[in-house]
Amino acid sequence: MSLRIVVCVKYVPDATGDRHFADDLTVDRDDVDGLLSELDEYAVEQALQIADEADDAEITVLTVGPEDAKDALRKALSMGADKAVHVEDDDLHGTDVMGTSLVLAKAIEKTGYDLVICGMASTDGTMGVLPAILAERLGVPQVTLLSEVSVEDGSVKGRRDGDAASEQLEASLPAVVSVTDQSGEARYPSFKGIMAAKKKPVESLDLEDLEIDADEVGLEGSWTKVESATERPARTAGTIVKDEGEGGKQLAEFLAGQKFI
Amino acid sequence: MAEVLVYVDHVDGAVRKPTLELLTLARRIGEPVAVALGKGAEDTAAALAEHGAVKVLTADAPEFADYLVVPKVDALQAAYDAVSPVAVLVPSSVEAKEIAARLAVRIGSGIITDAVDLEAGDEGPVATQAVFAASYTTKSRVSKGTPVITVKPNSAPVEAAPAAGAVEALTVSFGETATGTKVVARTPRESTGRPELTEAAIVVSGGRGVNGADNFHVIESLADSLGAAVGASRAAVDAGWYPHSNQVGQTGKSVSPQLYIASGISGAIQHRAGMQTSKTIVAINKDAEAPIFDLVDYGVVGDLFEVVPQLTAEVQARKG
Repeated sequence: MSLRIVVCVKYVPDATGDRHFADDLTVDRDDVDGLLSELDEYAVEQALQIADEADDAEITVLTVGPEDAKDALRKALSMGADKAVHVEDDDLHGTDVMGTSLVLAKAIEKTGYDLVICGMASTDGTMGVLPAILAERLGVPQVTLLSEVSVEDGSVKGRRDGDAASEQLEASLPAVVSVTDQSGEARYPSFKGIMAAKKKPVESLDLEDLEIDADEVGLEGSWTKVESATERPARTAGTIVKDEGEGGKQLAEFLAGQKFI
Repeated sequence: MAEVLVYVDHVDGAVRKPTLELLTLARRIGEPVAVALGKGAEDTAAALAEHGAVKVLTADAPEFADYLVVPKVDALQAAYDAVSPVAVLVPSSVEAKEIAARLAVRIGSGIITDAVDLEAGDEGPVATQAVFAASYTTKSRVSKGTPVITVKPNSAPVEAAPAAGAVEALTVSFGETATGTKVVARTPRESTGRPELTEAAIVVSGGRGVNGADNFHVIESLADSLGAAVGASRAAVDAGWYPHSNQVGQTGKSVSPQLYIASGISGAIQHRAGMQTSKTIVAINKDAEAPIFDLVDYGVVGDLFEVVPQLTAEVQARKG
């Protein structure tokens, strides 16, 4: 039987751009270029490698986001994923992690899955907890933050490098996996891949398709509320000296003045 | 008085510093009730009592070590049910964040992660976060359910506040999903004898300019002279010069020490995301145009192999 892999990806504002908040204190997605979150490329890459090893596998990339989020799906398809699901609904604007995970879980169940693969965190929200929440919602094992992952005989194995120890993990499928940026460099889409992606199916779903009430998601339905967002004041310009042979001593003098030595 | 549940991060009974900081924040909201799980859980009580825990709920079972995350979620949920707290505070470690998030789903609550400050508010605790690579500061609160908030290390001072700290055994029954992910083997990270990166008062980091694993001793010597932790930029880690566990930046550790010394690090957004909230920032870089100099309190444009050893010698001389 075919191994059904669903990769969850996020369309995020470019981290190297000038990111800021909109008037309603949600992330401004209009004035900044968006792209597939860099950390999700690792998830797509591992999905492709796992699919290569399996006799028969199908990779679906899934995203929740506005119209532009299709760009993220397109990128993943051009890397080699087979098809895409895009959950798009005006009522989703301002949804937080609890709402997003609810939508993703419903869409994953509707699509059918043996293995869900996520990146370690998004580059905008940077919470890093969505994969654990998905596992909780789906009621399947959580095998997260892996630097190495493989699938064999209906189980997933991997190495998790934690704060205090490195752990070898093992769980039966179906399961939710997340992979770190240590899991292996993501491939660049080939020209052939980019052309092929244009013909791959992208299914669009809205909240009604997933039987989710509008008041469970969106800014009003959010489980958290941002009350203010203030741009951090630029750090006051410091002293910069050119090393003329005494740079280390000058630095020591500064540190002593600040009572660090 | 309202009770606040505090999840304890400890190693065989030795309470890690971020948990003590959490107690300081918890006392702003209510009376801290600590939850300590696993081997040595009861040994945490003295330190927790000294810093304000009125009660310490403990549980140990093989499941906590043998299976990933979920057994601890079951236990924290049991504590939640027993205490009915006004908030649940959890240290922002990799594992504890996941435990907090799953608890939030179960109890129908919102979650805020990686807070850097916390204060009581009319509608529940207000969390301060540094977002978009610390270019913005936000204040948020949980608007549904009992607030679940994870807090980064170095977000509050450790304060002595003696309290009863009465130890109570917590009864935990594990659910069906508890044994879903087996920990087949565990290799503890070797101790370097240096402070923990995220908890250190001073961090000395090396980047591309260090130019090789063999050269990192220059960074380590300076760190040791200052009693500091050693960090590395993504470029240095990707090149294989230093372990990923020491990476500072968006995909590594996020640090907020009193003093951050960046050596041979250009200061790309990826790196800034992990260190921008440091109190004092110092950089040494050959390139006067490096973006790291936009952040510094003091910068030296020069060769790190000249400047850093000279600084190390000077620190050692001054410390006598």
